[in-house]
Amino acid sequence: VCTSRFWFNYRHVANTLSVYRSVKRLGIPDSHIVLMLADDMACNPRNPKPATVFSHKNMELNVYGDDVEVDYRSYEVTVENFLRVLTGRIPPSTPRSKRLLSDDRSNILIYMTGHGGNGFLKFQDSEEITNVELADAFEQMWQKRRYNELLFIIDTCQGASMYERFYSPNIMALASSQVGEDSLSHQPDLGIGVHLMDRYTFYVLEFLEEIHPASQTNMNDLFQVCPKSLCVSTPGHRTDLFQRDPQNVLITDFFGSVRKVEITTETISLDSDLGGFESKLPKEELATEPLKYAEQLPVAQIIHQKPKQKDWHPPGGFILGLWALIIMVFFKTYGIKHMKHIF
Amino acid sequence: MVRGTNVYGILRAPRAASTEALVLTAPCTEGPRNNQAVGLLLALAAYFRGQIYWAKDIIFLVNEHDLLGMEAWLEAYHDVNLTEIQSSGPLGRAGAIQAAVSLELSSDVVTSLDVAVEGLNGQLPNLDLVNLFHAFCQKNGLLCTIQGKLPRPDGDSLPAYARSLQTLLLMVLAQASGRPHGDHGLFLRYRIEAVTLRGINSFRQYKYDMTTLGKTLEGMFRKLNNLLERLHQSYFFYLLPSLSRFVSIGLYMPAFGFIILVLILKISFWGAGGPRRGQDPSPPLLPLPKDPHRPHHPLPVISRQESRPGLLALVPPVLICHAAGLALYFLPVLGQRVATQHFPVSEAEAVVLTLIAIYVAGMALPHNTHRWGVTGGSDQGWVTLKLVTLLYLALQLACLALLNFSLGFVLAATMVPAAAAVRPTGPK
Repeated sequence: VCTSRFWFNYRHVANTLSVYRSVKRLGIPDSHIVLMLADDMACNPRNPKPATVFSHKNMELNVYGDDVEVDYRSYEVTVENFLRVLTGRIPPSTPRSKRLLSDDRSNILIYMTGHGGNGFLKFQDSEEITNVELADAFEQMWQKRRYNELLFIIDTCQGASMYERFYSPNIMALASSQVGEDSLSHQPDLGIGVHLMDRYTFYVLEFLEEIHPASQTNMNDLFQVCPKSLCVSTPGHRTDLFQRDPQNVLITDFFGSVRKVEITTETISLDSDLGGFESKLPKEELATEPLKYAEQLPVAQIIHQKPKQKDWHPPGGFILGLWALIIMVFFKTYGIKHMKHIF
Repeated sequence: MVRGTNVYGILRAPRAASTEALVLTAPCTEGPRNNQAVGLLLALAAYFRGQIYWAKDIIFLVNEHDLLGMEAWLEAYHDVNLTEIQSSGPLGRAGAIQAAVSLELSSDVVTSLDVAVEGLNGQLPNLDLVNLFHAFCQKNGLLCTIQGKLPRPDGDSLPAYARSLQTLLLMVLAQASGRPHGDHGLFLRYRIEAVTLRGINSFRQYKYDMTTLGKTLEGMFRKLNNLLERLHQSYFFYLLPSLSRFVSIGLYMPAFGFIILVLILKISFWGAGGPRRGQDPSPPLLPLPKDPHRPHHPLPVISRQESRPGLLALVPPVLICHAAGLALYFLPVLGQRVATQHFPVSEAEAVVLTLIAIYVAGMALPHNTHRWGVTGGSDQGWVTLKLVTLLYLALQLACLALLNFSLGFVLAATMVPAAAAVRPTGPK
């Protein structure tokens, strides 16, 4: 997701397109990628090389190419659309390319870049997404079983604040800078006149260029990318919600589409007595009534609860003061001798 | 009756909708003052045509009769009717103009490039445009000046401060005159940021040719092209002691405020009755001599309330002053036509002579009209009149400073000491 528009935010589009390119190279097809770009840099009238987006100085690498499929473009990149894509609450008329069609065995990579601050990310210069909203969206995804594991990478200023609030399991997060630090851009290109990439993504891209679908590099190597000496900001990561050890998590689990395929040359014969397998089921299973879908989720417990008894509190100061005032006014007007009629 | 022709061409941005435009203009003046600018303008036009990175249209304009032609073009472009200039309508249009640069070159090699920022009625372009010019001059190694003055290389010494002060005062004078110092001044009324660049060919050794100038202008235009919004981030009200330093309105307004404070203090002084509040320094009006032949009249106690004239008595002097001002505003132009028909004077001479005549008549006004004024000349009446005039002066200067700070400041610096030092007394 690239969230910023305008010509001087060229580098955010270049960041996103570079990661898109790497991910496609490692095997993920376009039908499994939702690419959101907030502005069109390749066809911007200020681009001296039309139909290209470069990520390297001296225009070595054109990341736009001719097979880029942008799913959400320009003004369609909004906080609402982003959250709808994540949670799946999309109007039925949305085409398949704009949906995140994931189930509970999918690993999802989310890469976001743009301008951000402490706890928010700016979308399109007019709205923001907060870290709380993002964490709640991920929790919705977890409860709807829309992901198996999720890798969240963010390259903005103060990016670490965006993953502080996550509370759903199986999320690993990486950010380009800590709270209070700015992420810096890499180099300006004098021909194009703007900065071409951000530092963190530049070094991540360099790292990813060495990954091929069979590589065994794990997440710990990704955490080492872009130390402070190169990046000026301190990249951060968060793995406490992740159940596996990052050492054992392959990069290609998220960035590539790799099937565990093992090629054998010997034949395996399937036994014919596999048909009797079913009879080995224990018969003393409890006959449980089939659970409805909604009842599998914690929501069911909330719906069927009885309302809690609220404790009785004595009336607060305001009520007491009001009644004291009313009584005082009453006795002032009608005289104190009426008191004995009350009591 | 002045007739003229403006010539302009529009370079359309190849891939953008023509919603915004930049203007490069070279006034076509008679004489050698500006005979090379059109050449550079055409060369730049030919170069810009081959580039594909333009997101705004560029208008190249050559206007005749300097300010008159410029105003005619602007009015025709924006379809307004501010002055009585009539023009054939605009033949081609390019969208909202974001910035404009006016070029004046008198020779094809220059030793320095001077920037003029003051516009009509003391308006100024956004400081970012001046900074842009300065940045590109430094990038291309071009020598650039303001008010024709170079900053001294030794930055913190007294002569350097004196030169900065001189540049600042030159800018104050230029702004106070209200005259646009270049064709750019007329763009500012339409909220288009504009500057005038003048090539100066002095006797310095090192000269720059048109290539360097062209590169600087190209850089400025490319930077303006990449802009997404109007220039609004920097100051609109500033004074420049040199190209790399500025004094913003927050710093120079208090100086003016102190001058007005002097007036306010004088107002409160005279409003409390002046020095008459405690004892009576001036002799009583009608000193009754202690004449044994006359009965004792107790001297009337001169209190603050004695013979305080009503405000109605103040109206005649104020009206007369306003009438004099209106006469100064309207009569010269009205009388010019009459004067040229009956007297052998040119129109400019007629205007000036009428002005001088009204001024001289105005100087005699107090002497002629004071008996209609406040109570035949009592001191108390004069004090009240002084109070009202001080208030009036303070208000006028404050309003004027808001519109054209330099003019307000110059007038305040000259008028306030005189107004504060004068003590109101009747004719003696």
